[in-house]
Amino acid sequence: MGHYARFGMFLLKQVAIILATFFGLILLTFVIGRVMPLDPVSAAVGPDVTQELYDQVYREMGLDQPIIVQFFDYVGSVLQFDFGRSFFTNQPVTRDIARVFPATLELALCGVLIGSLIGIPFGILAAVKRGTVIDGAVRVVMLIGYSAPVFWKGLLLLVVFYAALGWAGGPGRLSIYYDGLVPTRTGLLLIDTLLAGEWVIFKDAVSHIALPAISLGYGASAYIGRMTRSFMLDQLKQEYVGVARVKGLSERRVIFGHVLPNCAVQLVTTVALTFGILLEGAVLTETVFAWPGLGQYMTKAMFNADMNAVLGGTLVIGSIFVFLNLGSDILYRILDPRTRA
Amino acid sequence: MTDATLFTRVRRGEPHSSAEARLAQLWRGAEMLWASPAALTGVAIIAALVVVALLAPLLAPYGPYAQNLANQLQPPSAEHLLGTDEFGRDIFSRIIFGTRFTLYIVMLVALIAAPAGLLIGASSGYLGGWFDTLAMRITDIALAFPRLILALAFVTAFGPGLNNAILAIALTGWPPYVRIARAEALTIRRSDYIAAIELMGASRLRIILLHVVPLCLPSLFVRLTLDMAGVILIAAGLGFLGLGAQPPAAEWGVMLSSGKEYMLSAWWAATFPGLAIFFVCMGFNLLGDGLRDILDPRQES
Repeated sequence: MGHYARFGMFLLKQVAIILATFFGLILLTFVIGRVMPLDPVSAAVGPDVTQELYDQVYREMGLDQPIIVQFFDYVGSVLQFDFGRSFFTNQPVTRDIARVFPATLELALCGVLIGSLIGIPFGILAAVKRGTVIDGAVRVVMLIGYSAPVFWKGLLLLVVFYAALGWAGGPGRLSIYYDGLVPTRTGLLLIDTLLAGEWVIFKDAVSHIALPAISLGYGASAYIGRMTRSFMLDQLKQEYVGVARVKGLSERRVIFGHVLPNCAVQLVTTVALTFGILLEGAVLTETVFAWPGLGQYMTKAMFNADMNAVLGGTLVIGSIFVFLNLGSDILYRILDPRTRA
Repeated sequence: MTDATLFTRVRRGEPHSSAEARLAQLWRGAEMLWASPAALTGVAIIAALVVVALLAPLLAPYGPYAQNLANQLQPPSAEHLLGTDEFGRDIFSRIIFGTRFTLYIVMLVALIAAPAGLLIGASSGYLGGWFDTLAMRITDIALAFPRLILALAFVTAFGPGLNNAILAIALTGWPPYVRIARAEALTIRRSDYIAAIELMGASRLRIILLHVVPLCLPSLFVRLTLDMAGVILIAAGLGFLGLGAQPPAAEWGVMLSSGKEYMLSAWWAATFPGLAIFFVCMGFNLLGDGLRDILDPRQES
């Protein structure tokens, strides 16, 4: 079998796995939503209704249908991005999510950016200086990064840099007096303010996103740095490194010209996976910073037992997570020639 | 046979019985742990956690729920080492009693998720065939799910509460144990002694439960240790969001969550419970990393 045929087979298999996993995710959310003890009718109309109204809503929600029919109805609507109506905002969940998701996306993107910019250089440094004080110090700082709860880091940052020092903006995405001044184009405030040429508001947005992004980014940098160090150490053991040194290359050329490029593919997939983890972490961070994103939306929905909204959010974050997780395998295969052997 | 000679035999790894062999193995593990300061720190932190949980009523200067409304939100002082919370309760005492919640969560999650994963994985690896294929497909799918978000969705459906949170964490935690147990079972099933037991006519259930499962346990324990930090962080997160343990429980996530309201005026109310979570997580991370280095020397030496 030729190389392209083999790659085609791999691609087909991977796509099948992704589809099966999406199906599993939909099945799981269905089970959580329908088979669990929560009564969806009561959640929709409240506890004090007449039996007639209750029965009417019961039928309207399709709950009198056999469970298997209900499931395929559910799959059908999910595939059309119809997650039902949210009880507490009284809007379609899809529209709600489209409104709040950009805030979460912006936060997670900034977090992964900070995580990569800090994690990769320090991971390289720790691997090159392995066993020295520098390596030890980097590893301790990383250990703290992935042992401390992200919401606790957020609270501490808020107290120090907002309340005590006043260097950063407080909760929310913008100071109140700038709200609604910038037209929404991408939904990402940092980009929208730049497009509008509003420098002052851009600076305000930066000072607001800095703290939540740093509390997410620190955890991400710990994870990315740890992986970078371990990839680098694996490569540094290879024989080609010795050859490059014997050839008389400078250590800088050896590390950045030979070793690092061989880690690049693994690093790309690590960063992709980290982004998925940050979307999850954003749920906890947003509560601390009153960040109006998907996490805060889902938390509010949970307290209102608003299952449609919770499951809609779960499906969106879950799908991105699954796609990054399994898609990175494909990326790996495409980018790394060694897997073609 | 005196104790001294037994000790020498165990220490040198020259056992005279299977019980001694097991002791010798433990000894070798302990020696390697001793050589790793990081892992030893982890052991110390976890041992401290267990001791504090056991002796909590003796160590705590106040009751965890003893209110003193005249003494609200007092900063750390000689009477209240870590200050008091919004009901005048002593935070130091509440953190001490909080170790019991942490241990309860960690042990219950381990007791639910690990045996389930172990049984499925061991059966899957030993039996092979369609059962193996099906079990591994489902496990792979479940492994690709985001854990925190699913736990949140489960708790919403079950209703908030400590036990529901534990169940939710366990329900999202079993897939790695299936993978570990299956990998071990695959190597065990081809060994001679399994063939001998099969020839003696032992049932499949007997072989899996009595001969495959026990051999999967060591690697399962390592994996459990590695996972515990994550379990504590998720449990604390659920408590923080108000979906796990409920006030007035002296659970660290709950304490952090109620302390958050007073963060700007009384920083100690949320800072110290968070510090406790952080230390215990670090303990499990250190021990887990140490165990992995010992069992997988390829990585480090």
